[in-house]
Amino acid sequence: MHNFNYAQAQNIGEAIEFAKGNESAKFIAGGTNLIDLLKYNITTANMLVDINHVPEHHLIEEKSDGGVRLGAFVTNADTAYHPLIESRYPLLSKAILAGASAQIRNMATNGGNLLQRTRCYYFYDPATPCNKREPGTGCSAIGGYNRIMAVLGTSENCIAVFPSDMCVALAALQAVVNITGPEGDRSMPFADFHRLPGDTPHLDNNLKTDEIIVSIDLPEKGFDKNYSYLKLRDRSSYAFALVSVATGLELENNLIKEARIALGGLAHKPWRVEKAEDFLKDKEPTMSNFASAAEMILFGATGFEHNSFKIELAKRAIVRNCMMALNPESQQPGAQPSL
Amino acid sequence: MEIVTKSTRNVLQPRLLSLRVNGVPRILEVSPWVSLLDGLRDHLDLTGTKKGCDHGQCGACTVICDGKRILSCLTLAVMKNGSEITTIEGISNGDELHPLQKAFIEHDAFQCGYCTPGQICSAIGMIDEKKAQTRAEVKDSMSGNLCRCGANSNIIDAIMEVKERRNHA
Ligand SMILES: Cc1cc2nc3c(=O)[nH]c(=O)nc-3n(C[C@H](O)[C@H](O)[C@H](O)COP(=O)(O)OP(=O)(O)OC[C@H]3O[C@@H](n4cnc5c(N)ncnc54)[C@H](O)[C@@H]3O)c2cc1C
Ligand code: SF4
Ligand code: FES
Ligand code: FES
Repeated sequence: MHNFNYAQAQNIGEAIEFAKGNESAKFIAGGTNLIDLLKYNITTANMLVDINHVPEHHLIEEKSDGGVRLGAFVTNADTAYHPLIESRYPLLSKAILAGASAQIRNMATNGGNLLQRTRCYYFYDPATPCNKREPGTGCSAIGGYNRIMAVLGTSENCIAVFPSDMCVALAALQAVVNITGPEGDRSMPFADFHRLPGDTPHLDNNLKTDEIIVSIDLPEKGFDKNYSYLKLRDRSSYAFALVSVATGLELENNLIKEARIALGGLAHKPWRVEKAEDFLKDKEPTMSNFASAAEMILFGATGFEHNSFKIELAKRAIVRNCMMALNPESQQPGAQPSL
Repeated sequence: MEIVTKSTRNVLQPRLLSLRVNGVPRILEVSPWVSLLDGLRDHLDLTGTKKGCDHGQCGACTVICDGKRILSCLTLAVMKNGSEITTIEGISNGDELHPLQKAFIEHDAFQCGYCTPGQICSAIGMIDEKKAQTRAEVKDSMSGNLCRCGANSNIIDAIMEVKERRNHA
């Protein structure tokens, strides 16, 4: 690792102060992504501002509007196992627990999870061109080995995927990200937080470099009766998703009152298509209706040399996951739902 | 004791830290970019904790920090100032091996032994968490610890035995 300075911020104001006007300062929370990238010299920093000792934003609490607020500095493990999350937002618990390993979840924070960077192999290899790592150098994945890359929302500059599991559930739940910075506080709907690569693939999201995520709000509706998270990957634990699906359904008299379907592993951000969710409204929760929705969600998907399989895989994963959401018991550990 | 705050913000010099390692207060002087793993191994000569990948992918560096299993390669020593760390060197009671150490021997749960300190520290953390119950859950919860010798099924056998005994204690 290259040399850098380090300071512990004792409050949010101090953290902002430390980073102000220093493009090369980075906040550090759990460190599980940042330290890895620093070791590879993919990210550089002359200053790390440790935000773990800020006294606020370490809680998960109910809000007066019926929702729940997740402090940005709460670990992924404490979030997944929190009684409020297990009981009211089990989709979020499942998605978090499908990611990384127990040790990493004990370290990783909620804020850091949103800001983790892609796992594109070329991004991780400084010997190869990569527009995300070094803007303007080209994309090695488009003509290279691209099995894990995106099939939706790609651009001619970058076909990387955003690798988070937690964020797929947050997209389905329509969370809101609360931010603070030198210019004050602001909030962003989850759908607006991450970006598509377009011609600025070096930007993963719309957070400014001197801004801090302080919390994430979950709306009241948690889909605690009918939900499912399905993660398909090369080994059944401790691997990133090839395709993942978060489904939340609200049912009434065997009709779908509301449906949320978000996909991971397919794009530069969690993927949701509201038209497909609207289509499911007032329909019966059948395989054929879910299959029609899946077609709408994958509309326009384009594969590259090694990843076209993801398109069919995603469609089937959507149908299977929506069927599993009808009976969440079917996804208890050890259960092997088959369709 | 030097406190790492504003007053030192423009200095790249090593920092003095205090850690409680295996019950013993230790002071070490490290640069900000030294990982907790390197701090333990190179500065405190506690080489029981292993460096496998140095990138969070193998679990060999697992230690218990303030009661939780973490990867010492993905955190900085300076970030853990004031923490309580338990490494493989600290789990036996003198010459009396920890139940997991005994079970690993009885179940032949290693070949080269390189992953073993991380496996055992991770298993201690897992048992304390009280989340994983069935064998399938234990396997999933231990999936952050790889064994390139393939002793995995014996490792899970050893952990299950100790876990069940705990449950009945
Ligand atoms: C081997 C391995 C396997 C993994 N597998 C998975 C997986 O299967 N699924 C999955 O979803 N994830 C996986 N992860 C990624 C892991 O979830 C992330 O590394 C973690 O969530 C990042 O959180 P952190 O607190 O450690 O962030 P850090 O590493 O501390 O920070 C990451 C970035 O966010 C910034 N930052 C952190 N917090 C804030 C904040 N509050 N405000 C502003 N900026 C902030 C930092 O400056 C940095 O740029 C894996 C990681 C590893 C190492
Ligand atoms: S896909 Fe994106 S991250 Fe990967 S090489 Fe191309 S530009 Fe870089
Ligand atoms: S050395 Fe830390 S996980 Fe491999
Ligand atoms: S015993 Fe050799 S790596 Fe596990």
